Amino acid sequence: MTGTIDARFRTGFQGGFSLDIDVSLPATGVTALFGHSGSGKTTTLRCIAGLAKADGVLKVDSEIWQDDKQFRPVHRRPLAYVFQEASLFPHLSVRQNLDYGARRIPEGDRRLDFAQAVDWLGLSTLLDRRPSNLSGGERQRVAIARALLTSPQLLLMDEPLSALDHKAKREILPYLEYLRDTLSIPILYVTHSPDEVARLADHLVVLEGGRVMANGPLTETLARLDLPARRDEDAGVALEARVVERDARWQLMRVAFPGGSLWIRDHGQAIGKTVRMRVLARDVSLALERQEETSILNILPATVTGCAPTDHPAVVLTQIRLGEPLPGSNTGIPANQNDLPGPDIDSELDGTTPLISRLTARSSDALALSPGKPVWAHIKSAAVLD
Amino acid sequence: MSFDWSPVFLSLKLAAVTTVVLLIVGTPIAWKLARMRHWIKQPLVSLVALPLVLPPTVLGFYLLLVLAPNGPVGQVVKSLGLGTIPFTFTGLVIASVFYSLPFAVQPLQNAFEGLGDRPLEVASTLRASPLDRFFTVVVPLARPGFLTAAVLAFAHTIGEFGVVLMIGGNIPGRTKVLSVAIYDHVETLEYGQAHLLSAGMLVFAFTVLLTLYAVNGRATFTEKP
Repeated sequence: MTGTIDARFRTGFQGGFSLDIDVSLPATGVTALFGHSGSGKTTTLRCIAGLAKADGVLKVDSEIWQDDKQFRPVHRRPLAYVFQEASLFPHLSVRQNLDYGARRIPEGDRRLDFAQAVDWLGLSTLLDRRPSNLSGGERQRVAIARALLTSPQLLLMDEPLSALDHKAKREILPYLEYLRDTLSIPILYVTHSPDEVARLADHLVVLEGGRVMANGPLTETLARLDLPARRDEDAGVALEARVVERDARWQLMRVAFPGGSLWIRDHGQAIGKTVRMRVLARDVSLALERQEETSILNILPATVTGCAPTDHPAVVLTQIRLGEPLPGSNTGIPANQNDLPGPDIDSELDGTTPLISRLTARSSDALALSPGKPVWAHIKSAAVLD
Repeated sequence: MSFDWSPVFLSLKLAAVTTVVLLIVGTPIAWKLARMRHWIKQPLVSLVALPLVLPPTVLGFYLLLVLAPNGPVGQVVKSLGLGTIPFTFTGLVIASVFYSLPFAVQPLQNAFEGLGDRPLEVASTLRASPLDRFFTVVVPLARPGFLTAAVLAFAHTIGEFGVVLMIGGNIPGRTKVLSVAIYDHVETLEYGQAHLLSAGMLVFAFTVLLTLYAVNGRATFTEKP
């Protein structure tokens, strides 16, 4: 599927909650619908599925699923839905659960075969078991496979990990990452976990009180300073980067992203592989001059693009952008000491990447930080999410 | 005097036919009631439950008035050339269906309500149409409810007396069911015969209930939290 998912819903529900959204989402990759409970993220997903009814218009890849004249019932929408609880049919075995949806689509529409789904989600030893004899994580894996076996054009997931304990979460996340990288269908993923957003999403929609607060690519949206979630202690930016070089002696690898690159601990990925990283705002500090004698490995040129207060008057957040043309500085040249990248590798990584930095108001004032000012970003650490 | 088994067979036949009719009629009623959010739900539920509290003679009396050859329904039936309903087996079935309705509807309604919306939502996202969902998800998951409904409707019909007497009378071989036969035996001081039928009923009723509870105790599906 190419194109977009256009959803406009407007409704009042019982208990004073109202939904009023108008979003256009990319019909590709993982779009996270993020918000606290009561933000309307699950209601939005249910309206898209047709499980809840709200006035509005829904177009998926220019096909109309709902407008003021028609409402296509759930079972006629080519979607799959993974619920918070696995909700397997207790009267059917795992195999029969998997078959339930698969049997109901025309043979010609089947793009995923049974063996493939079983293999992807590691279910081969569970097929003849009853749902009541599975662990929480196993059940959710069956539910995901059951959903995929309907060969959907759109996969909706409603907090698929939130009913699971920590261990089961860690068990399922790699499967979800694998599916994101393997499937060509768009996934709408509802979550309240910043960690899941950072690890899975390509695109982020932030909801609050039934309204859309932000809607954009993951890294750009996470770097916005005007969202309430940004003020949390572990606010930060998630980004995708490519492994371009390794330093065997010091067990380090260099990962490149639009506008810069970082030396981080070697996690063993091959050169050319993509990794996801999170750079927390508290791990980024700023300086006006480049420090030569410092323990910080990653010092990159950047431009200040915004400042915002936090809940505490002593702390401010500053948004910077790596890869912005810096007047009077060595534009485009990687800032890491002693590294000149192979031109062929980095040539695709044109562009810029925003980061946010958490500073004291006093430092911010002392450096006279304001939009447009060139700075050096000291990045103390960047965590690889795996 | 040889023992007359015909009331026993008649009762079994009546109960079997009534149970089948009740499952067919009661299931959609129970489904509608279970899914209903409207204020009219409570009056309807009360209406269905009426036979539980009304004296059977009250129900029998009104059914007799309605079904009688000059009653509203009776006239229609007669004009269609279908004869008269009271004092026939058909009349007994109609009366029994009304009388045992709550015994079929209530267990079904409870079972349907206990399912919640989730299994149906899941089935709909897996492309099952409403009727498909009903037969592949609701029926198997509500199986204990269907079993309870069938057994209670059957057993209750076997045990009815007042309604039968009002609408069916006491015609040997046609409307003289077991409970009426016991009454007859007692009236004519044939205690031996009365004992045989009564004790048989007692054992039957106990066996039915025991089987029901034992089977339903095992058939419940549980999903671990």
